[in-house]
Amino acid sequence: MSETQSTYNYKVVRQFAVMTVIWGIVGMLVGVIIAAQLVWPELNLGFLHFGRLRPLHTNAVIFAFGGCALFATSYYVVQRTCHTRIFSDGLAAFTFWGWQLVILLAAITLPLGYTQGKEYAELEWPIDILITLVWVSYAIVFFGTIIKRKVSHIYVANWFFGGFILAVAVLHLVNSAAIPVSFTKSYSAYAGVQDAMIQWWYGHNAVGFFLTAGFLGMMYYFVPKQAGRPVYSYRLSVVHFWALIFTYMWAGPHHLHYTALPDWTQSVGMIFSLILLAPSWGGMINGIMTMSGAWNKLRDDPILKFLITSLSFYGMSTFEGPMMAIKTVNALSHYTDWTVGHVHSGALGWVAMVSIGSIYYLLPRLFGKPEMHSVKLITVHFWVATIGVVLYIASMWIAGVMQGLMWRAVNADGTLTYSFVEAVKGSYPFWAIRFLGGLLFLSGMLIMAFNMFKTIAGGKSVNAPVLVPAGHHA
Amino acid sequence: MEINDLRSIVTVVSLLTFLGIVWWTFGLKGNKERFDEAANLPFADEEADRAELGLPRNEKRKAS
Repeated sequence: MSETQSTYNYKVVRQFAVMTVIWGIVGMLVGVIIAAQLVWPELNLGFLHFGRLRPLHTNAVIFAFGGCALFATSYYVVQRTCHTRIFSDGLAAFTFWGWQLVILLAAITLPLGYTQGKEYAELEWPIDILITLVWVSYAIVFFGTIIKRKVSHIYVANWFFGGFILAVAVLHLVNSAAIPVSFTKSYSAYAGVQDAMIQWWYGHNAVGFFLTAGFLGMMYYFVPKQAGRPVYSYRLSVVHFWALIFTYMWAGPHHLHYTALPDWTQSVGMIFSLILLAPSWGGMINGIMTMSGAWNKLRDDPILKFLITSLSFYGMSTFEGPMMAIKTVNALSHYTDWTVGHVHSGALGWVAMVSIGSIYYLLPRLFGKPEMHSVKLITVHFWVATIGVVLYIASMWIAGVMQGLMWRAVNADGTLTYSFVEAVKGSYPFWAIRFLGGLLFLSGMLIMAFNMFKTIAGGKSVNAPVLVPAGHHA
Repeated sequence: MEINDLRSIVTVVSLLTFLGIVWWTFGLKGNKERFDEAANLPFADEEADRAELGLPRNEKRKAS
């Protein structure tokens, strides 16, 4: 049915792009609230305490904010680089409304305490089934569009988006396998250390595929487009893709160092995590070197600032990650705020910033404007967000290393030097700085929302025409 | 055959496959043109860019 139309389907891109900003604000607001609850414990009101709100925060920022950004950019990029309208407008619309329903159900059930108790996979089984339906539809829409492409090549960004969609489908199905005992309660299909290993195989690949592969897809399209030059090395991008695919799947055990997991499994996880440094940095260098010869554009283009800074944070966190996976380092860092800092260096610095840059690229184009309402405000957003991330991760490094050192300190007679609560007391100032960093990052998102609504106002919803590609030989 | 033999074989085959991919991308000289072509895909639709930015059509566009 869509074959006869001569425009791209931007409606679904527009919907997901706008909701990216909205859910970003919601998810980060919950994050700021729980950061405040750690500094001022009296803010834990009734059932809206840290324990209930923390999974709401992680689900909202990863699946609502990150998820919407991935849907929006993948639908845009796959149509534009395949020179064809999306496969099935109806299914695409279903993925939008289905995904919003998933988010809404998460926002209701998590504060009420309905949970499978698996990190980043908390949602109960009926919602898991809905996620599966939406995800299968997403795969059909995405790969259907690739199949009906009008060019011979599948651009590298689509490989990353496609890898992300397939891997997340497998991860979700395996890790969410559960025995329901009622409509709102289920138990994992696995037991003991197998359950833990499957959870962290899922958990780390949620980082590797949901939070990395898809966002690398954004990098490979939006960095070249915004810089106005093709990616530094297309060959490197091919090797980058396959190296990530071959190594990420085995890194999960580093979440279970010094547990009941067999030692050899822990060592395999550690070694594969160290190997991951190579493809991660290869990809980062490929993205940053795309700027070579056009560095001057970085000076006055805030969208490029977001994209390139996100790659710097990607490089930082993918260096830090393998280091933390080394068992002796992990003995210090695990269970401390260092982990929280590491996650946010990736989540705020890399994932959020590359998404924000990409959405700023998309918004004017989706509403028929030459640029955002205010380019100055994008620059303001950039600096507010960058200072926010730096405050966040620096405070968590200090707090984390301090906690690790205090917990392991022993007196000459073998007793612990510090009680747990002494480490908590020492962490307060850094939790306050973290709260401030998060607040700054959230303020940036509010600036973005203002800029977005001003851009939308008076804009026309333009759907760009599908044109035969220039210099095309299919 | 023992299950662990199979596991070893899968590991070795995976490594060889990956090395094959590296050779295919960097070793085969004949692939350079197709990679250059693919790298330029995001720039093959300037007219659509102009349309979505609300700019007038580029008259000089060659019919393709």
